[in-house]
Amino acid sequence: MDCVATGGNVKVLAKAIHSLSRIGEELYLEPLEDGLALRSVNSSRSAFACFLLSPLFFQRYQTPSDQSFRCKMPIKSVQAVFKSLASLDRSVEKCRIQLNSEKNRLTITLHCKHGLLKTHNLSYQECEGLQAVFDKESCANVLQAQPRLMVDTVLHFPPSLEEVNLSVSSDRVWLRNHVEDDADSSRAMMTELCLSSEEFDHFAVGSQTSVTFCLKELRGLLVFAESSGLPVSLYFDEPGSPVILSVTDSVLEANFVLATLSEDSHPKNHVNTKHPDTEQPPDDFMSDDMDSFLIAMETSELPVPSHVPTSPPRPTSYRKHSFSEEEEEEEEALAEGPPNKKFCSLFFGSVLPTPSHLPNQTMQSQEVLASDSEDENQTETS
Amino acid sequence: MKFRAKIIDVGCLNHFTRVVNTVSRLTKACVLCSGVVASGGVSMWCELSQGNFFDEFQLEGVSADANEIFLEVAPENLSRALKTAQNAKSVKIKLTKKSCPCLTLAAELPSLSSVSRVVTHDIPVDVIPRRLWHDFREPQMPDFDVSIYLPPLKTMKSVVDRMKNLSNYLVLEANLNGEMNLKIDTDLVSVTTHFKELGNPPWGDDGSQSSSPAHRDPDLMAEARVEIRKLQQFLTGQQVNPSRAMCNIVDRRILHLIFLHEDVSLQYFIPAVV
Repeated sequence: MDCVATGGNVKVLAKAIHSLSRIGEELYLEPLEDGLALRSVNSSRSAFACFLLSPLFFQRYQTPSDQSFRCKMPIKSVQAVFKSLASLDRSVEKCRIQLNSEKNRLTITLHCKHGLLKTHNLSYQECEGLQAVFDKESCANVLQAQPRLMVDTVLHFPPSLEEVNLSVSSDRVWLRNHVEDDADSSRAMMTELCLSSEEFDHFAVGSQTSVTFCLKELRGLLVFAESSGLPVSLYFDEPGSPVILSVTDSVLEANFVLATLSEDSHPKNHVNTKHPDTEQPPDDFMSDDMDSFLIAMETSELPVPSHVPTSPPRPTSYRKHSFSEEEEEEEEALAEGPPNKKFCSLFFGSVLPTPSHLPNQTMQSQEVLASDSEDENQTETS
Repeated sequence: MKFRAKIIDVGCLNHFTRVVNTVSRLTKACVLCSGVVASGGVSMWCELSQGNFFDEFQLEGVSADANEIFLEVAPENLSRALKTAQNAKSVKIKLTKKSCPCLTLAAELPSLSSVSRVVTHDIPVDVIPRRLWHDFREPQMPDFDVSIYLPPLKTMKSVVDRMKNLSNYLVLEANLNGEMNLKIDTDLVSVTTHFKELGNPPWGDDGSQSSSPAHRDPDLMAEARVEIRKLQQFLTGQQVNPSRAMCNIVDRRILHLIFLHEDVSLQYFIPAVV
């Protein structure tokens, strides 16, 4: 593998890596024909980010002869290469990423002014691909705004705020801090920001919806978007379906996928009124709120043929939530079962569903909760 | 019980924010008393004249003869709410009842479109029952022994900051001759900073002094040994230079600091330690 980025793109690459570092501890790297994919996921599997840098982003882009090369490495070591953005700007002319497969090292060479070469040899671990399945195009609601607007709205919330609730109507958007329903929280300060649809570059709302997701992980993308000046697009559906934030230009595409709470805090929006949304599941794996944002990732064991994050409609499993009748049925069946608290089940990188988990369901609904090792029944839920 | 106020002037908003920020640095909880939007606590009393801050101010207390409202609130929340409203076109504050009684602050912010952005903060408050109101009255001016104007705050702050590195306690002594000393005394070192010609405020007949000034030896120092941290906290919190800053000392008992701005007064009591 041999990729060379020059000029301003070196800084963009560095910023992408810094954004990814806000998500997870490891950087997954996969050179594809469509471009270099840099991905990260958080430990609770509730946030996933992917930067796809097209071959045009690079001065030279050569994929490894071994088509299925995929690796991961601690993101801190990559960050250390691109440590100071200001000095990158000033002195780095070119950045070359090469794969040294004999020695199992990824070599990143920074060609700086005055003929100075800084070479970093990073060890990596070959791994299975990391891929979240999501389909932006099929989301019912799409908003697009200048990064400045997003940054300004986020400013109203304290940096420590974990969860935020986004609600839309036909002409308004509300952002609220989300608090759990318990004794303590009734004393918490509530903040709500209301924006008119006119402030957005694009505002397409299918129906009144309200989704809750984690704000912290989002900030990484906002920083990137603000520095790049590119508009940010927000794709979302119902509670339970992931929220996708996306920044695109001609040579790169960044997608941040965040899980949403599948219990609906606005009953009027939720079709299924029988939803027992306050029942606490018994096992402690589920009782932590963070766990309620589960994204199940299935790592592919089979070679995935140039798999691009936004590949169009695979049977999109998360869409199952939109079939409300199906939901209701399942809910009833679930009434006695453990975690009735619905977790957003999300994406899957796999090629094939594992039939043993899903006897009653079609290929369409391959949802595997990360917790499937705990209780098989759960895998059929949601 | 009803409370409503509105601020539309940016200057007033900034000023109010600064006062709240100052208060939030001094105490974790404060009580807002109506009538003269003041905050009180055991050791701090801050009084704002509402006319200078609020464009509209409407208050209906518990009953006609007890036309006041006492609310306990965490000033940090108020501070946070005000922070995001700094360039607002208008700010409305209202007492509301959500899941608990709240002070709702609604700010209308400039936006990119014709419709303003509205940010609303609901700050939970506790309504103080009438029987406890007497706890939250302006504290009586103690019978002080010496009253003196403070040296320029910046100077005093830098002296106190440096002293904090050497000791946890500081002695502030002053006399009626306009002289003040800040002293620390440890096993390793003693440091004294002398200030002269500071001036003594003329209290007059209503100064309620225990020993009338005429009989007190002007060179006799009254002192109070206080925790440096508390003094530093007070000096650091000041965001605006007061037009008048003075302190009253009750010998070996209390240090009473008074800051007066045009429309805000802030009093802070630091008990003396042995």
